[in-house]
Amino acid sequence: MMDYSIAQVEAAKMPVINVEDLSDKDKAKMEVDQLKIEVKLERALVSKCCEEVRDYIQSGVEEDPLVKGIPEEKNPFKEKGGCVIS
Amino acid sequence: MGEMEQLRKEAESLKDQISAARKAVHDVTLPEIVSGTAVVGRVQLKTRKTLRGHLAKIYAMHWGTDSKLCVSASQDGKLIVWDSYTTNKVHAIPLKSSWVMTCAYAPSGNMVACGGLDNMCSIYNLKGKDGNVKVMRELAAHTGYLSCCRFLNDSEIITSSGDCTCALWDIETGTQKTIFSGHMGDCMSLAVSHDFNMFISGACDYTAKLWDIREGACRQTFGGHESDINAIGFFPNGNAVLTGSDDGTCKMYDLRADQELITYQDPSIMCGVTSLAPSLSGRLILAGYDDFNCNIWDSLKAERVGVLAGHDNRVSCIGVTPDGMAACTGSWDSFLKIWN
Repeated sequence: MMDYSIAQVEAAKMPVINVEDLSDKDKAKMEVDQLKIEVKLERALVSKCCEEVRDYIQSGVEEDPLVKGIPEEKNPFKEKGGCVIS
Repeated sequence: MGEMEQLRKEAESLKDQISAARKAVHDVTLPEIVSGTAVVGRVQLKTRKTLRGHLAKIYAMHWGTDSKLCVSASQDGKLIVWDSYTTNKVHAIPLKSSWVMTCAYAPSGNMVACGGLDNMCSIYNLKGKDGNVKVMRELAAHTGYLSCCRFLNDSEIITSSGDCTCALWDIETGTQKTIFSGHMGDCMSLAVSHDFNMFISGACDYTAKLWDIREGACRQTFGGHESDINAIGFFPNGNAVLTGSDDGTCKMYDLRADQELITYQDPSIMCGVTSLAPSLSGRLILAGYDDFNCNIWDSLKAERVGVLAGHDNRVSCIGVTPDGMAACTGSWDSFLKIWN
């Protein structure tokens, strides 16, 4: 008697899309269908988006460790203690 | 007119419309907006730790959410989980296939995943009862190599593949819940949005795509690169996408303007970008290149403000800790370095 796990049954039902198997016509249709979705997008003004990027950065840059540097005692990666050969 | 010719003409017309719509909102450039902003000061990061232990090229690394543990994958056939503060190896996991190309740490810290030329994504449980790390699931269905994977949570993971698709998997049942198709070339990299509702993919068709995870649909496609996109990441505000390409440039695309804001390039850079990561505020973009270096870019001014030089071979992966305290680079020289 064959005993199939749930996983095996589900796996057999999985759709497999091989892009290599799609005909040129299928690919062209896929591309057109996708473009029809994208053409409807509402686009915001670049000026507004740039300002938001700039403002986001300005509001966080003072607390950005890689920009501002980290004081030695607060740096978890700094070598702790040990001997100093002078 | 044949159907192919008709479809081709329809595609061209739609692309022209999209181009025009993008132009219509292009009222200013990023350089103009930040013309009054000074370039960020020279960034000089030091190697604080070197993680030694892999015996071959490192292909991928990923930080855990605690900003302390990280996982790396090497073609020596091992996944190593490191405590980056102490450089101790927390786990050294032998892999069935040494041809690994990607690894990921689950946000919970309970699992790691990897995959590569075996076309599978293997999930490992780090918190097994007897303390041994074992394969929990092998997610098999892709017909091409696994280039990247990222956990949404302990039950779901997203993969990108050389078969030109990305997929959302149910880890419990080991099955694909959704297949994201549309790219016309190998998918090389993916990144998940902070709210876990969307992800972006970069591919060898030179485009990046934004996908709605639950709808299973591609929302936007970004072009402009002149070669394969190897690296992709979200800008920290979640509304922009960073890409790195074999054409030697990185780009920032804004999701709401649906177009490129700026390109990070220099005529002296003649090799591909392998990896990238933004700093905490997004002011810096760290990008790894085929020429063994990592360049640090001022994201607003598009100028190079620093270099991470220290590897003896290609920088294959880079990651900034979630808390922004350090960057980690992984290289074909078999070492990982922690910088800040």
